[in-house]
Amino acid sequence: MRTSAAGEKWRAISQPPRLLGNTSRWLTLGIGLILAILFFTIASEDWFTIVNYTMIAAIAALALNVLSGYTGQISLGLSFFMAIGAYTAALLGGPQPTSSLDPQGFGLSVLIWLPAAGIVAALVGALIGPTALRLKGFYLGIVTLALVFIGQYLFRNLSSITGGPQGRTFPAPAFGDFSFDQQNNLFGIAVTSGQQYFLLILPILALAALFVGNVMRSRAGRAFRAVRDHEVGAAIMGVNLFEAKMGAFILSSFLAGIAGALFASYTSYITPTYWDLTLSIQFVAAIIVGGIASIWGSLLGAAFVFGLPQVIDHFSLLPASNSGVGLNSGNLNALIYGALIVVFLLFEPGGVLGLVQRCQALIRSLNRHEREGGEPAEIIDLSYNAGVPINIEDAAPVKGDSE
Amino acid sequence: MAYFFQLLFAGIAQGCVYALIGLGFSIIFKASEVINFAQGELLLVGTYIVSAGVFEWHLPFFLALGLGIVVTVIISLLFERFILRRMIGRPVFSILMMTIGLDIVLRTSVIIYWGSNPVPAASPFAITSGFNLGGVLFGANDLWTIGTTIVLCAALYYFLHYTKYGLSMRATALDQEAALAVGINIRSVYALAWGIAAFIATLGGVFLAIDSFAIDPTFGGVALIAFPAIILGGIDSVSGAVVGGIVIGVTQVLTAGYESHVTNIVGAGIHEITPYIIMILVLLIRPYGLFGTRKVERI
Repeated sequence: MRTSAAGEKWRAISQPPRLLGNTSRWLTLGIGLILAILFFTIASEDWFTIVNYTMIAAIAALALNVLSGYTGQISLGLSFFMAIGAYTAALLGGPQPTSSLDPQGFGLSVLIWLPAAGIVAALVGALIGPTALRLKGFYLGIVTLALVFIGQYLFRNLSSITGGPQGRTFPAPAFGDFSFDQQNNLFGIAVTSGQQYFLLILPILALAALFVGNVMRSRAGRAFRAVRDHEVGAAIMGVNLFEAKMGAFILSSFLAGIAGALFASYTSYITPTYWDLTLSIQFVAAIIVGGIASIWGSLLGAAFVFGLPQVIDHFSLLPASNSGVGLNSGNLNALIYGALIVVFLLFEPGGVLGLVQRCQALIRSLNRHEREGGEPAEIIDLSYNAGVPINIEDAAPVKGDSE
Repeated sequence: MAYFFQLLFAGIAQGCVYALIGLGFSIIFKASEVINFAQGELLLVGTYIVSAGVFEWHLPFFLALGLGIVVTVIISLLFERFILRRMIGRPVFSILMMTIGLDIVLRTSVIIYWGSNPVPAASPFAITSGFNLGGVLFGANDLWTIGTTIVLCAALYYFLHYTKYGLSMRATALDQEAALAVGINIRSVYALAWGIAAFIATLGGVFLAIDSFAIDPTFGGVALIAFPAIILGGIDSVSGAVVGGIVIGVTQVLTAGYESHVTNIVGAGIHEITPYIIMILVLLIRPYGLFGTRKVERI
């Protein structure tokens, strides 16, 4: 008979993981919803800008985590795929050109251009994948880096789509007269542009996180991680390396395309220089600081690398970014995330999420010691090891252990 | 035809700079299997110090050069000793990101200290000096670059093949455990590799700066063009870095020289991406570069 915490844990594990299986998950969801509604009603437009950008960044961080975190393929090319998504959105959703100098646009609905942004990015990923994924480790990293530079060149020169070096405008989602770039009435309540985007982006982010989370719990997700941990070993166990890598690459490109389209639409005007290597590196920093191979890690990382600097700006803690000498918010931001990468990789490879989990484990073990006078280390502590956490839900339950 | 030879000469000189930067990558990779993304920023810091030494602190050029080299070597050794050494055995991705972290910190520090406006490049001779032969101008700087690269390569070759430390470095690259077993001090090998890389980076940076008359904080990005050069040659091959560097340099300068004829077809600025296109083509055929060694995977 086992009534200890470990026994309960194993019983929970032996059942298939469920989205809303237990009270604590319902509770988390409830608190999350209440916070979102509270934020929605009381926040100022500035805060909506910060939160919306952070949520878009979180979608892109998820995209990178699928490829680099879960599947272990080094990629510095995220900004290229984001740009593909953004320009697809602009081409399909942009206004029809009024003069021959204007960039092209077909004026289609958001219901077409937003999914299309993801699909086209995924298609481009599928085209490039077979070439890029032949390479391993840093060779892949450097080829994806080349992709960013080739992209910059293409975007500068394809001025009928990208507007050339001067950049172009990007469409706001619109349903008839209900356009997201202006204040509208929603069921008799006035909602600002930021609030409308919030209502659009939050569900997309939630869906993306849920989708990635579930894929990673599936056979495909386990294959991804097997490829990351040992390629040859995975192949010997029957994982089709090409399929697994391509799957991760395409899923990652799809999400990056969606994030790019949302970002461009929210910003409304972008020049091709925006999609540069720095952007890609910021996302790599985000998943390292947040937590590699983890959904919450992607969200936390985006908040740290993309949200925090804007919050610092918002409270004007430092002189605004400019090209001057000395410490300003832009420089401080770069300095902090450069140093954070080093510090986290050195001391906490699990990122902010790893820190949180470590604290939880510490609290739990303290409690246990008080209650039961110290039990020997048990198997659940494995998931709180330093390093990339082993997801306990993936471990096959030992037969008969749940009795 | 003189135009072609002029471009060819300029391309070789440019390629020598890439080769110098590439040598820095190769040395570190050979010793410790680490790709140092911060190589470009070591170069940036070194070049800024040399420039500041000459124009702000009014030092003689060679003293400033020495100062630049000493500072970058110290940064590089500290980074290796206190940060990278703790990462031994961690995944490639993590180590690569560590060097990107250093890259960001170094570049930002330069911006905080010197601002982002260009500063003039220091040079031991008049920038425009040189001589003319059959319509081709042999600039003093280009000749110096080529000469220094040849001397450095010869010195490196001698070092790697005939000195105790060079041999232990090659032994470490070949098999770490075996090297340990025969009593090689791997720590000093790593430190040596990082020191040499920083030294070469500063030299390369100074020559490159003279070429463009001025430097600004984006200057370190040139190391990203040296990537195709080392990949082309094979990252663990010192001679490959030189050949790759010169191939990339010559193609890039030739494309830049002739691209005005084809701007209508391919658009402006194609020379910026020719190194990458060449690299991708080579990798398609030989995934380990032209001179690189193919790895055998073991479980």
